[in-house]
Amino acid sequence: MASTGKDNNEYWRRNLGVIKVCLVIWVSVSLLAGVLFAPLLNQFNLGGYPLGFWFAQQGAIYVFIVLIFFYAWRMNKLDREFDVNEE
Amino acid sequence: MSLQMLSIIAVGLTFVVYIAIAIWARAGSTSEFYVAGKGIHPIANGMATAADWMSAASFISMAGIIAFAGFAGGAYLMGWTGGYVLMALLLAPYLRKFGKFTVPEFIGDRFYSTTARTVAVVCLLVISLTYVIGQMRGVGIAFANILQLSIETGLYVGMAIVFVYAVLGGMKGITYTQIAQYVIMIFAYSVPAIFISLQITGAVAPQIGLGSTLAGTDTYMLDALNNTVAQLGFGSYTDRVSMGTFNMFLLTLSLMIGTAGLPHVIVRFFTVPKMSDARSSAGWALIFIALLYTVAPAVGAMAVYNLANTVQPGIEDGLALGDPEGSLPIEDQPAWMDRWAQTGLLAVDDKNADGRIQWYNDANPEMQAQAETFGWAGNELTVNNDIMVLANPEIAGLPNWVAALVAAGGIAAALSTAAGLLLAISSSISHDLLKGVFMPKISEKNELMAARVSMGVAIVVAGYLGLNPPGFAAQVVALAFGLAAASLFPVLMMGIFMKRINKQGAITGMLVGLISTMLYIFLFKGWFFIPGTAPLTDDPSGWIFGINPLGFGVIGAILNFASAYIVSSMTAPTPRYIQELVDNVRIPRAQA
Repeated sequence: MASTGKDNNEYWRRNLGVIKVCLVIWVSVSLLAGVLFAPLLNQFNLGGYPLGFWFAQQGAIYVFIVLIFFYAWRMNKLDREFDVNEE
Repeated sequence: MSLQMLSIIAVGLTFVVYIAIAIWARAGSTSEFYVAGKGIHPIANGMATAADWMSAASFISMAGIIAFAGFAGGAYLMGWTGGYVLMALLLAPYLRKFGKFTVPEFIGDRFYSTTARTVAVVCLLVISLTYVIGQMRGVGIAFANILQLSIETGLYVGMAIVFVYAVLGGMKGITYTQIAQYVIMIFAYSVPAIFISLQITGAVAPQIGLGSTLAGTDTYMLDALNNTVAQLGFGSYTDRVSMGTFNMFLLTLSLMIGTAGLPHVIVRFFTVPKMSDARSSAGWALIFIALLYTVAPAVGAMAVYNLANTVQPGIEDGLALGDPEGSLPIEDQPAWMDRWAQTGLLAVDDKNADGRIQWYNDANPEMQAQAETFGWAGNELTVNNDIMVLANPEIAGLPNWVAALVAAGGIAAALSTAAGLLLAISSSISHDLLKGVFMPKISEKNELMAARVSMGVAIVVAGYLGLNPPGFAAQVVALAFGLAAASLFPVLMMGIFMKRINKQGAITGMLVGLISTMLYIFLFKGWFFIPGTAPLTDDPSGWIFGINPLGFGVIGAILNFASAYIVSSMTAPTPRYIQELVDNVRIPRAQA
């Protein structure tokens, strides 16, 4: 393909977009829900868990796992789309 | 059979497994020794990473730390898991694509500078040495507490075992041993936790149990716990932020960035076959880590609940606080309290000589004032954090073989982390310093020999420091995580994401991060941790802008980013071939 350089820039731009979305969620479930807004969220309950406490000691971790697998899946798709996937 | 005998058998059996693996997984090349020949399946690497990551502190101490910190203990849980998101998104895939053997090697190549590589080695050595001392001691302490052998004996045995599989197999041997160690570790952690959750809440999964009602009642376990510890002056368990919200924020973020910047964890992602494997492998690692990290808060909370209701049963029985009948008579204390009192991890001191144990927060002035009206003369029970995991099987009334399993699990946790750290240390010496700086023409055969020798030396040094721990050994969180966050993480990330950061910028950034963080820690912990030399008091009144030295890593990281950016924009641009190297690292494969 001729326009390799341009495609690579576009690939990288798309990658940065995915990373940004993931990091916003990453901050939201941990530093926001699990620390700064936890006292507020503790007024609500998830079963016997106060919600802010749940984010800090359980929920954030589950979301982290989902985020990594989402990123891996999304990037595999992007790799194929730009024909840069490994054999 | 006695507990000691059973424990020795359990630990002995695991050692046989490790040695068998060592003989099977010998390393024949430098690639096998440093990165297991880049042939580890991403799920297998995830499991090995989890064992590498979860140290003696995660296994033995973390539940206790959370138990006494309450809500704010979440800083450790979120920090030590959130770092994997940064690792998977920002570092691991690109460093794997780069395809070499060590973290300083990437820094040296990307910043076209042997100086940058050497500075990175210095950062790596400070981080990993601090970290490994705690692991070596962890092996000794696990032996001492559970097998009733001396710390020295435990340490020598541990060193000998690591020596066999790390020197023979390098990363390849370490990886397969870590997989076995993970299985032992997670089984040993889960079994007692499941039984305790069943006893207290009736839920099999501790993660569900922590949010469930007490068995046979409509009261949520956490509500009951909040009520109990609040009455004893400790504050509500699920709301308590003794470190303050600001410092909880900084600590969480510093631990996240620090986790992503730990060289012994990063290098694990060099062992998978492809860039896409590095992404998914981080997810697998986090799943395996979460199996322990989501159980730990339940273990901690349930242990406090058990302890409080054992020592102050009056609260659950509905007696008024201060009723003499509400405190446990010393002669009625359960057998596990007697047994752990002998190890010094638990101590009872009947200060008011009433023959009963009062456990409450005497550092809380309101509580102390109230306690005095009851005739209580201070808290009478001190409990070491580690009890919360070590004594769990006995508290739950489980058979001795479960306690033996916990012994094997604790030792597996310490050994697996120690081996990973020792590999990072020895390969930075044989590959980065010896081959990279002093003897570039060394043959592969000789380098492999040098790698084995430096592994042996690293084990002896780490063992010696484990026996004679220097003052900094207790500062793993501040030093290892703080420095990883302030020195290595920013420079790795800039190396991938910002082409304009050049040699001068990277070296300045690393040094600024390293020095500012060390300086801030020294200001409160003493110059080089020599007691009595700290210029400022280590409490909120002395902290600059109220920043706890434990959470300074993120500030050091910001200083690193900023100074690297400024210096790079004032000096010569990055050479063309380096920009091409960055382009190459960013994509999995060039287009056909």
